[in-house]
Amino acid sequence: MGLVLTEEQVLLKETATQFFQEKLPVANLRTLRNEKDKDGFDRKAWKEMADLGFSGILVPEAYGGTEFGPVGLGLILEQAGRTIAATPLLSTVLLGTTAIQLGGTDTQRQTLLPEIAAGHMLLALALEEGPHHNPTRIATSAKAEGGAYILNGEKTFVLDGHVADQLIVVARTSGEVNDRNGLTIFLIPSKTDGMSVTRTIMTDSHNAANIKLTNVKVTNSAILGSKDAGADILEPLLDFGRIGIAAELLGLIQESFDQTLAYIKERKQFGKVIGSFQALQHRMAEMFAELEVCRSIVLDALSAIEDRRNDVPSVASLAKARLSETSRHITNECLQMHGGVGMTDEYDIGLFMKRARVAAATFGNAGFHRDRYATLEGF
Amino acid sequence: MDNLDQFRADTKAWLEANCPPSMRTPMPEDESPWGGRRAKWKNPDSKKWMDAMGARGWTAPTWPKQYGGGGLSKEENKVLQQELRAIKARPALMSFGIWMLGPALLEFATEEQKKEYLPQIVRGEIRWCQGYSEPGAGSDLAGLQTKCEDKDDHYLVNGQKIWTSYADKADWIFCLVRTDASVKHEGISFLLFDMESQGVEARPITMISGASPFCETFFTDVKVPKHHLVGELNKGWTIAKRLLQHEREMISGMGMGSGGGASGISNLAKDYVGEKDGRIADATVRDSVARQRMDSHAFSLTLQRTMEEAKAGQSTGAASSIFKYYGTELNKRRNELIIELMGTQGLGWEGEAFSEEELAAPRNWLRSKGNSIEGGTTEVQMNVISKRVLGLPD
Repeated sequence: MGLVLTEEQVLLKETATQFFQEKLPVANLRTLRNEKDKDGFDRKAWKEMADLGFSGILVPEAYGGTEFGPVGLGLILEQAGRTIAATPLLSTVLLGTTAIQLGGTDTQRQTLLPEIAAGHMLLALALEEGPHHNPTRIATSAKAEGGAYILNGEKTFVLDGHVADQLIVVARTSGEVNDRNGLTIFLIPSKTDGMSVTRTIMTDSHNAANIKLTNVKVTNSAILGSKDAGADILEPLLDFGRIGIAAELLGLIQESFDQTLAYIKERKQFGKVIGSFQALQHRMAEMFAELEVCRSIVLDALSAIEDRRNDVPSVASLAKARLSETSRHITNECLQMHGGVGMTDEYDIGLFMKRARVAAATFGNAGFHRDRYATLEGF
Repeated sequence: MDNLDQFRADTKAWLEANCPPSMRTPMPEDESPWGGRRAKWKNPDSKKWMDAMGARGWTAPTWPKQYGGGGLSKEENKVLQQELRAIKARPALMSFGIWMLGPALLEFATEEQKKEYLPQIVRGEIRWCQGYSEPGAGSDLAGLQTKCEDKDDHYLVNGQKIWTSYADKADWIFCLVRTDASVKHEGISFLLFDMESQGVEARPITMISGASPFCETFFTDVKVPKHHLVGELNKGWTIAKRLLQHEREMISGMGMGSGGGASGISNLAKDYVGEKDGRIADATVRDSVARQRMDSHAFSLTLQRTMEEAKAGQSTGAASSIFKYYGTELNKRRNELIIELMGTQGLGWEGEAFSEEELAAPRNWLRSKGNSIEGGTTEVQMNVISKRVLGLPD
């Protein structure tokens, strides 16, 4: 169950659709990119998202949130995907809130969750150490010294890393690189001494950063969850993140498809609209089928989290693999059908394609997740 | 205990008493219960099971009681299906009458016709076949030419059908005929007649799988009583289209079935390619199996979503337009993968060197090729999606 929306969810979806179409259309991302905006996202729009309750959508009401749940957040991400909006929804609302919910102490929750809900605090997950997603290949070390820990290492592709107030750093407190055990998650203010953050400009014009930790000293109270057992938090956190990106990609491919459908109904060659040619019609029909299938996958994955089902890892890999792959197929086809204008910066389809590739590489590409799905399903 | 609980308890008890033990085992192909006047019962329990279910109307559980059906509500039928699954019961009756003709008769036939044909269908007494395609009318079905002339006290039918499933074993045919040659869709009528009528001949066609489930069917001056016309004269296309819907739904379900369900294909891969640390030993095969399992997982979620949307009154019908296309292409990929991972053991044709399952693999693979041709080709389905759903012009 859970493959259809409730009335409240339909309303939320409408609110989100309107918000992104009006406040964060694709033009907004172009402006941020062209003007080399130092934040890489629109702070004014972020404030409005907080007022609408989007930033606190996973935060319990007791901490000032709207507690709408994972399906609600998925619907917002899907609408953000339609305009490829650059927002802290993934880094802060999804990953930040969930990390604190999963591993935070009462004190951490009380201090951090209301700040997130109010839109006052941004977080970023500092996980990856290489060009390919690998949540256990962690060499960044955290050595105990008295009542403190000293962290050293380098992180890459930290989403929203350069604007985050707090960094969620995955470090190794024991074991060898590639061990699942021995990982510990630290919550560290980004202004801490020894933390060097360098913004990286990505193809999709969304935020990312490289972070170098040099003798960063934190106390025990910076630990999120338990020492050496960080993977217990990291795995469900990443699964939610993967499903969130899949939801964003669903919106992205739907919009790419809709724009292309409109385009081929107008563009004329040989005295006819090109949408009358069967060579294009059948490819559109195939894409339509893929879109419908992807919609089912994403809705099921979101409700798996909401209902705390035990198949979350499987459906997260299913969603991330299929949406990564299908978004590549659909954005490629849509660009081709736009012809020469699709190659211009003026048309949006190129932006959709760029975002699709970066999203596909985030938290595991299609190959990574087919492998993981196979392992989870016992083959 | 509410009514549904009571119904469940009664159903359980009745099934316990009436479903023979051998009908709770996997069904070999040659024990498929198609019923009909010429049925041969390899296992007598099959007939007992069909008769018991038929008498209760449970071979067509939701059809109205006055036409021999079970008269069950949707909820009761769900309970019945659950209880049947729980005891692993075989289907009591496989029938084009139930899957295709019956729903159309319920919608379009006269009261007399319903009373005459539906109870026989429910009890498995008459086996039906479908006379649709012709040598010159495949994808362009409405181009059919089988001529039906009004001879005052009867119709006279002349022409040829092809791909008539089990025409050589069927008792009656539901047939599309041309009653007006001056127009296309508006000149087609829907006619029922006995396959034992003078002038009917069915010749089985040997297919690439070696099986002969289809026939060429010839009609030479076949006399058909006039009350065998269903619906109005020249209005048969509406009925034909509705029936095709039922057929497409039936075919698109094929990708989900047989071969041990979802995990079947991964176990098969382990058996034939090898296993290392619980994984399929060959990384490429493993990736292919993962793709197949994911596609099938995704498709079943889409079927489920459509049902839930329909129940919630949110159905747009858009998703269901992809089922025939997606389901059949999925089933073809699945069968390709199966023979690939079985290697040469999956390419045996006959003899002792191969197990029954191994011999079935290439034949199922060959049979599956027809899924995207029969009941509306993949290309026709794509035309339907691009024109009716996406609104792309001619």
